[in-house]
Amino acid sequence: MAVVTQPPAENAVKKGTRRDSTFMRVTRFVSLRILTLFMTVVIGIYLTIMIANMGGYVDQIMRGEIRERITTAIAGGAAFKQMDPATRQKLIEEKIAVEEERVGLNVPIAVRNFRYLSNALTLQLGRAINMTSDSGSKQVRLILLERLPATLLLMGTSQLFLFFSSVFIALNLSRRYGNFWDKLTVAFSPTSAVPPWFYGIFLILIFSALLKILPFGGMVDSPPPSNPIDYSLSLLKHMTLPALSLILSAFFLSIYNYRTFFLIYSSEDYVDMAKAKGLPSRDVERRYILRPTLPNIITNFALLIIALWTGATITETVFLWPGLGRTLYQAIGLYDIPIIVGSTIIYAYLLALTVFLLDFIYALVDPRVKVGGK
Amino acid sequence: MKTLRNSFQTLWKYPSAVMGVLVIIALVVISIYTLVTIPYQEAIRLWRGGEDVWYRNPKFASPSWINFFSAKKYAESFAVQTSDGSMSKVVTSNDQDTSTIASSYTFPFEADVLPQDMILYITSMYQEKQPFLSAEWHTPDGRTIRLTNMAVTQKQTYRFAQDEKLKVKLKTDDVIAALFTDPKTGQIIKGDYQLQLSGATFEPESNMDLEFVFHGQVYGLAGTDQARRDLMLPLLWGTPVALAFGLIASLGTAVLTMVIAALGTWYGGWLDNIIQRITEINIVLPFLSILIMVGTFYSRSIWVILGVTILLSIFSGAIITYRSTFLQVKESMYIEAAKAYGASSPRIVFVYLIPRMIPLLIPGLVSAVPVFVFLEASLAVLGLGDPVLPTWGKIIQDANSNGALYRGYYYWILEPATLLMITGLGFAMLGFALDRVFNPKLRNI
Repeated sequence: MAVVTQPPAENAVKKGTRRDSTFMRVTRFVSLRILTLFMTVVIGIYLTIMIANMGGYVDQIMRGEIRERITTAIAGGAAFKQMDPATRQKLIEEKIAVEEERVGLNVPIAVRNFRYLSNALTLQLGRAINMTSDSGSKQVRLILLERLPATLLLMGTSQLFLFFSSVFIALNLSRRYGNFWDKLTVAFSPTSAVPPWFYGIFLILIFSALLKILPFGGMVDSPPPSNPIDYSLSLLKHMTLPALSLILSAFFLSIYNYRTFFLIYSSEDYVDMAKAKGLPSRDVERRYILRPTLPNIITNFALLIIALWTGATITETVFLWPGLGRTLYQAIGLYDIPIIVGSTIIYAYLLALTVFLLDFIYALVDPRVKVGGK
Repeated sequence: MKTLRNSFQTLWKYPSAVMGVLVIIALVVISIYTLVTIPYQEAIRLWRGGEDVWYRNPKFASPSWINFFSAKKYAESFAVQTSDGSMSKVVTSNDQDTSTIASSYTFPFEADVLPQDMILYITSMYQEKQPFLSAEWHTPDGRTIRLTNMAVTQKQTYRFAQDEKLKVKLKTDDVIAALFTDPKTGQIIKGDYQLQLSGATFEPESNMDLEFVFHGQVYGLAGTDQARRDLMLPLLWGTPVALAFGLIASLGTAVLTMVIAALGTWYGGWLDNIIQRITEINIVLPFLSILIMVGTFYSRSIWVILGVTILLSIFSGAIITYRSTFLQVKESMYIEAAKAYGASSPRIVFVYLIPRMIPLLIPGLVSAVPVFVFLEASLAVLGLGDPVLPTWGKIIQDANSNGALYRGYYYWILEPATLLMITGLGFAMLGFALDRVFNPKLRNI
C-alpha cells in the first residue's frame, strides 16, 4: 500500500550556523545515525524474542509436547514392550532430556533470549525447531530462502505494478483534475478500506467457484508441469487472483493519494510562475512538480521494497500461496521461534538500512537538505 | 467551536458523507436492537450451544430469500410440536386407564428439491408400561404409507431417513425421496402432505408429547452453518462487536497518540527523545506477527487483542505528524499569551494545545475504524477470533474451514462479507469527506 509521507522533520530545511567541514559533519552524522539505528534494531529484536517466548509460557507448551511425543512413541513401540517399567521410564526421561537439549530448553530463558539475540544480530539464523523446508532441511536460512521467490514473485508483480500505474495515472489525473475519471477515482477511493484478502474471497467466489476458470489457490498445478512454458503458464494462472486482489485493494487510494499530493504541489506559486513564463507543460511537470515530490515518491518506493520481504500473511493464507507471510503464520502456530526471529531480523535490518540510505538520497535529490545539517 | 460547527455544515454537501452517516446510524440501530433483544449471556449460550439448542435447524441451509432468485424452489424448514399447540393433539380416555392420542400435521410442499431430513421427537411419561405410537404418511395423490409402529421410551427420536424397516418396505435407500416422489415416474409430487400420528398409553398418568421437525433446504433470513446454528445470531451480534472494536481501537489510539505527542512536544527534552525512540522501535516490530503470537500463545479474548492493538498502534507514524504540527502550534501567539497569564503546563497542553488539533484528529479517527474492524475479521479468518463471541470474521472462518466456496454455500461467506464491506465503506466514505472538509489543503481539490 502506498502511503504518502512527509519527510522526517529533523532532516528538513534548517541551515546550520556551525561551520564544520563537510567531512566531519557527515562522519559525525553517519556514526550517530548508525548507532541509534542499531540500538533500535537490537531493542526491537529483543522485544520480538520476548513476545515470541511469552515470558517462558511457550517453554511449558514445548516441554509438554516433547514429553507427550516421546512417551507415546516409546509406549507404542513394539521393541520397548519387553522392558520392565522402571528401565522404560528411565529411557523415556533420558530421551526427553536429549530432546530438550536439542531444542535448547535446558538453558535458562534469559540466557537463551540473549543467545537468540546475538545469533540474530550476526545473522546466524540457526535451525528451526519444528518446521522443515520442502527439501527437508531444518536451516532457517534455507526455509526462508525457499519461500522467498514465491513471495517476491507475487508481491513484486503486484506492488511494482501498483506503484508505477498509480504514479502514472495520478499524474495524468492531476493534469486535468475534476474530469469524469478524476471524480470516479475520488469516489472509489474508500474501497481501499477493505483489505486484499477480502477481495480475494470475492474473486475466488466469482472466478473459481462460479465461472470455474481460475484455481482456488496454490502456486502451480499438481503435479507441476515439466515443460517450462507450461510451468510458467500454470504459475500465471495461479497468480492472477492473489495479485489482482492485492492490486485492487490499494489501487484507488494509491492513485488518490498521489493525485492529491501532485495537486498540492502544483498549486505552489513557483508552478504558476513557471506556467506564466510560458514553459511547456511537460517541463513544468518534470522540473516543478515531480522534482519537489521526488523525496516522498522515493520514500514510498523504498517502503514498498521492504514490504516485499514480509509478504502478505493473510492473502497468502487465503490463497494457499507458499510464501513468506504464510510461513511466518505457520511458524507461529508451531511455536517455531527461530523462524519468527529470523524473518523479523531481516525485516528490521532492511528497514534500518533503508532509513539510513534515505537520509542520503534526500540530500541527493533535494538540494535544500544537507546530510547531518541542523 | 464555531469553525467546527461550520465545518460540519459543509460536510452535508458531500453525498459520501451523508451515505456514510446513514450507514453508521443503521449499524448503531442494529447494535442497540441486538443488545436489547439478545442479551450477552443468551447470545453466548446460543452460539456455544450444540444439537440440544439447534436440533430444529437443518445443516448448511441457505437463507430462504434465495427462492426469489433461484429457478428451483427450495423447501423451507419448520418445526411443530404438540406442547405449544402448533401441532394438533386430541386425547381420548378409554377404560382400564388407557387412552388414545391422535395428532396430525398437514403442510404444503411446493419445492423442486427434496428436504434434507424429517425427524420426530417423542417425549413420554410413564411408570412401567411404555406407550405406543404409530405413524402414517399421506401423499397428495392419495397414497398412504405406514411409517412405523413402536413402543416409545421417555425420550425417543425417530429419524425417517434412518428407519431400516421402512427402507426395506419402500425398497429404497433414500426414504425421503420415496416419500415425496411418485414411485412410477420418480418425479416430486407437489401438494399437501399429511403426517398422521396415533398413540396409545396404558397408565392413568401416562402422556406423550410429539415434535415434528422438517429440515428443508432453506432456513430463515440468514441460513445456517455446519452446527445448525442460525446465522442471524452472529450476523446481528457481529455488529456491536465490530463497532465496539473499531471505535474503541481507533478512538483509543488517536486520543492516546495525540496526548503523548502533545506532552512530548510541550515538555521536550528527554521525554520527547524517549517518545521518538519508542516510535522508531515500534516501527521495527512486526505488528501482525505480534498480534498472531498473542492470539496463539496467550489469549484470544477480543479485549486482550484490542488492548495489544491499541498499544502497538499508539507509537506509529501518526505521532510524527502530530509532533511536527504541535511544534508549530507551540510557537504561536496564543500559547505565549497563556504562558504570560500564568497557565500551568497541563492546562496549556489539555486546554490550548490539544483542542487545536481536533480537526486533524477527527478524519483520521473515522478513517481508521474500518482498518480495525477488518483487523478483527482478519485475525478471526486466521483462526484467532474470540472463542466465545459470535463475530462476522468467525462466520467467514467457519465457512472457509468448511469449504463453503468449493461446496457452493455462497450465502455463508457473502452475508458477513457484505456487512463488513458496508461497515468499512460507511466509515471510509465519512472519513474521506471529513478529511476534505477539515484539511484546508484539500478543500479546493
